[in-house]
Amino acid sequence: MAGRQAVKAYLDLLSQPCRALLIFLKHNRIPHTVELVALRKGQHKTPEFSKLNPMQKVPVLDDNGFVLTESDAILKYLATTYNVPDHWYPKLPEKRARVDEYTAWHHVNTRMHASTVFLQEVIFPRMGQPTNPVKFKKALTDLDGTLDMLENMFLKRQAFLCGHDISLADLLAVCELMQPMCSGRDVLKDRPKLQSWRSRVQSALSDSFDEAHSVVYQIRQKFTAKL
Amino acid sequence: MVRTCEAQTRLSKLFQKMSLEMYLDLFSQPCRSVYIFAKKNDIQFDYKKISLFEGYQYSEEYGKINLLRKAPAIKDGDFCLAESVAIMLYLAEKFHTPDHWYPADLQKRARVNEYLSWQHSAIRIHGSKMLWFKLLIPKALGVEIPKEKIDNAVEDLNASLNLFEEKFLQDRPFIVGDQISLADLVAIVEIMQPVGAGMDVFENRPNLKAWKDRVRAEIGVELFDEAHQAILCAQESVKTMDPKRMEHFKPIILRYFLS
Repeated sequence: MAGRQAVKAYLDLLSQPCRALLIFLKHNRIPHTVELVALRKGQHKTPEFSKLNPMQKVPVLDDNGFVLTESDAILKYLATTYNVPDHWYPKLPEKRARVDEYTAWHHVNTRMHASTVFLQEVIFPRMGQPTNPVKFKKALTDLDGTLDMLENMFLKRQAFLCGHDISLADLLAVCELMQPMCSGRDVLKDRPKLQSWRSRVQSALSDSFDEAHSVVYQIRQKFTAKL
Repeated sequence: MVRTCEAQTRLSKLFQKMSLEMYLDLFSQPCRSVYIFAKKNDIQFDYKKISLFEGYQYSEEYGKINLLRKAPAIKDGDFCLAESVAIMLYLAEKFHTPDHWYPADLQKRARVNEYLSWQHSAIRIHGSKMLWFKLLIPKALGVEIPKEKIDNAVEDLNASLNLFEEKFLQDRPFIVGDQISLADLVAIVEIMQPVGAGMDVFENRPNLKAWKDRVRAEIGVELFDEAHQAILCAQESVKTMDPKRMEHFKPIILRYFLS
């Protein structure tokens, strides 16, 4: 858009929704700058950052003074403000509703369960708290249930979660499902349908996917080297 | 000519009513928001009253409407849709509801979306827990919840309410400026849930109470109270709940809340 200033994205690529945002910005060539917020150094809890976002979370978008939090709100805002291809967040109500349905369900399903697996296996032990076997087993079971829904309710016989083309839903989902990779765990290992879906998503996103996920690959290397 | 137009309008309204089915249990917060939104905006629908406690969501019949097996769900002609937020956005668009519910201005809209996103893993989770911990699990399932778990849940809910007041409401009349939006509607139905468990969330929160009164007035006192009748009578109705009827999903509930 002519004359539009770049947006500022506050990110830590260790965070799944941050990766989704960066991929979307890069893939759609939306002019942006990145401000790194290192979660492991507690930079999200500084008074300065807290003023920007009292929730002390990333990502945060600053569009020339308009500060927005929550990745799905940010992605929908960018998709409707910039001239991105319609398939990301379709204008047709029935198609848009499918994306809204997924992004709502995503929070306490894909995001919650994949995140818990990662936290229990990678982060808590790093912080000196050993993996809780009961909670870990529950997280894996819960994630399994989520993956069943992804396959049977959302994907079905479609190429992507909400239809024949990639949308914000696929972007958010794939970033969450990549998180357990930090320990070398491929949660889609026994699910060929979802593996094919993931390949299609990666293919559609090309370089921006691997660039955003480089920190995941680095952590995986260190984690599996320790074993 | 006038008679033909009137007949056509009646016919199209009748068709509209028949073509939109809404599967709702008003005990559930997201069902209340959808119900209130539709009624407030005169959206005609076929009200399919379901009972989550009786496990209707697990039936084969309901699986054809919503495989996620949650409520609310709608069936608009052949189009089935789950998730209250998605449903209300769809209805707002389809029935051209007044702009303030989901503003066309992209930055105001983003503010509504921001709240609708945040609330899933904040107020919704913590508010829900209170009803289960204080009322349903002990009274309907006969299982006591350890005090520490209840205290933690209360603390989490209070933390969410603090964030709600400090970040989303502040000194504004409504979450997004001067008029009620879907953000306020979704917030109020969730905040009313622990009230049903006998918890006065508005005690020592005058700003929150004032907001609640404004929202209730904007929705219409009659509609608000009608939608909340079931939850506000929860403490009474739980006495008549047959634990055997909930036996089949007792393990699911206990696993979800207590592990």
